Amino acid sequence: MQPILSVRGVSKTYASGHRALDPVDLDIAKGEIFALLGPNGAGKTTLISIICGIVTPSTGTITVMGHDAIHDFRAARSVIGLVPQELSVDMFETVLASVRYSRRLFGKPGHDSYIEQVLRDLSLWDKRNARIRELSGGMKRRVLIAKALSHEPDVLFLDEPTAGVDVALRRDMWKLVHRLRQKGTTIILTTHYIEEAEEMADRVGVIDKGRIVLIEEKTELMKKLGKRQMLISLQEPMAATPADLADWHLTLEDEGHILRYVFDAQAEHTGIPSLLRKLTELGIGFKDLETSKSSLEDIFVDLVERKEQAA
Amino acid sequence: MSAGINTHGVWAIYRFEMARSLRTIWQSVATPVITTSLYFVVFGGAIGSRINTVGGVGYGSFIVPGLIMLSLLTQSISNASIGIYFPKFTGTVFELLSAPVTAMEMVAGFVGAAATKSIVLGLLILATSALFVPLHVAHPLAMIAFLVLTSVTFSLFGFIIGIWANGFEQLSVVPALLVTPLTFLGGAFYSIDMLPQPWRTISLFNPVVYLISGFRWSFFDKGDVSIGLSLGVTAGFMAACLVAIAAIFRTGWRLKN
Ligand SMILES: Nc1ncnc2c1ncn2[C@@H]1O[C@H](COP(=O)(O)OP(=O)(O)OP(=O)(O)O)[C@@H](O)[C@H]1O
Ligand SMILES: [Mg+2]
Repeated sequence: MQPILSVRGVSKTYASGHRALDPVDLDIAKGEIFALLGPNGAGKTTLISIICGIVTPSTGTITVMGHDAIHDFRAARSVIGLVPQELSVDMFETVLASVRYSRRLFGKPGHDSYIEQVLRDLSLWDKRNARIRELSGGMKRRVLIAKALSHEPDVLFLDEPTAGVDVALRRDMWKLVHRLRQKGTTIILTTHYIEEAEEMADRVGVIDKGRIVLIEEKTELMKKLGKRQMLISLQEPMAATPADLADWHLTLEDEGHILRYVFDAQAEHTGIPSLLRKLTELGIGFKDLETSKSSLEDIFVDLVERKEQAA
Repeated sequence: MSAGINTHGVWAIYRFEMARSLRTIWQSVATPVITTSLYFVVFGGAIGSRINTVGGVGYGSFIVPGLIMLSLLTQSISNASIGIYFPKFTGTVFELLSAPVTAMEMVAGFVGAAATKSIVLGLLILATSALFVPLHVAHPLAMIAFLVLTSVTFSLFGFIIGIWANGFEQLSVVPALLVTPLTFLGGAFYSIDMLPQPWRTISLFNPVVYLISGFRWSFFDKGDVSIGLSLGVTAGFMAACLVAIAAIFRTGWRLKN
């Protein structure tokens, strides 16, 4: 099937000389939800801004529903909605006026029942006549989402939609994304939270230092990222891991004071209860247990290192 | 959206800009009324008692076209420059840049609104003046045409300044350091015929002379230079602004990274 969005060889070097994006190729299928993950400064916003026409690419072409984003920009932009990372919204306008403005700006005549629906979906209807500067930060973000949805876009970009929002709004956001998906809207979002990608995305791309280091189906990725570890602080240091514990592939750290066990959090049997029983059986005393997920940063570093070794 | 023009988009920008001024409507109305009155007290009363007539026209009446031009030029520039500078400053310009709106549609919305405000302002000053001095407009249609042409041209100029500016101070630099002096020296309050040589010839290099002269002609049927020349210079400046704006949007200068 022809992708709804196709990015070919798009790169960006800012006027400062900073190379924010190496040539990127990316295809997004109609109706999919794509999450772009990456550390600060990786180039996520740059890529999105180029696709939406806010930043001029140094090289490359973009096609949206078959329309070239530069030569046929009117057709290309008409189908795109963008929720930016920054809370850039006119503070002196009312919520309703601002959302109506966006719809008209994108060439659509007023359609108040649709706008009402959008505002209700985002719990903004009660606030429709409030000036935007009177709203809280999370509410302002909702207004930006309403503005982006106002012209019924086929492709929606959400640049860190849940940065600085509380748990309730985050849940709302996830629900909204699922609703939009049911309507067939294609969504590209960026995030720093792995659980967010897990909750929403079909496919995940990881970008680092301006390069896409991986694009994978979420289910595949989750397996790789699903590694957890348990650190066991021992009462008495050990010289070597006992042969009886070989099944768990433990490593000894901190001069024999700590045993590290890496396991797959999604597996049915984590092996933790049996390991603890075995330790007791062998009379190995421990002071403390600590389990942790590999952090997103660890994963990025891992991915990048693997990539560099492969090259 | 019709195939050719995003009329909804142009209209949205226009209305947004007009709404922005309506929020400060009293300020927008009171300022020109008060300053015009002050000018008449100072210039009409104090100076006008020494200069009785200029070319057969009472001094009070004589300065009306110049007064209107002075406000028209500075206000067109400041309205249009703030209109585009403010979204750049707050970041909301992202929406304009990502919208299916062409450069000329954006200009139509922003400049259209700024020019509308200037025209209303010009008429307001005209009405205030009529309270102080006898006024007769010899060529009403030409007067309106000049009012519109000047408002549009200087709003275009202001739009360029708004895109160029990197800070609020820069917004007022051009009006304060260039346009206001040129207007004062361009015969807003005197006829350049009253100047000794070589100042009279030097004044002819000041483009504002042609604006004021043309506008004054529409009132009193006589100006410092011919009406054709006045129109030509104004239209030429307008064309130059349009060319500059087209180039700005083609390259994304000061708008896009
Ligand atoms: N206007 C600009 N001029 C120069 N450099 C820029 C500009 N905008 C961004 N950059 C640089 O480009 C790189 C990529 O920035 P970008 O905003 O795309 O990152 P990001 O992945 O969105 O990061 P974050 O997670 O912090 O939002 C950064 O190093 C940033 O400093
Ligand atoms: Mg970003």
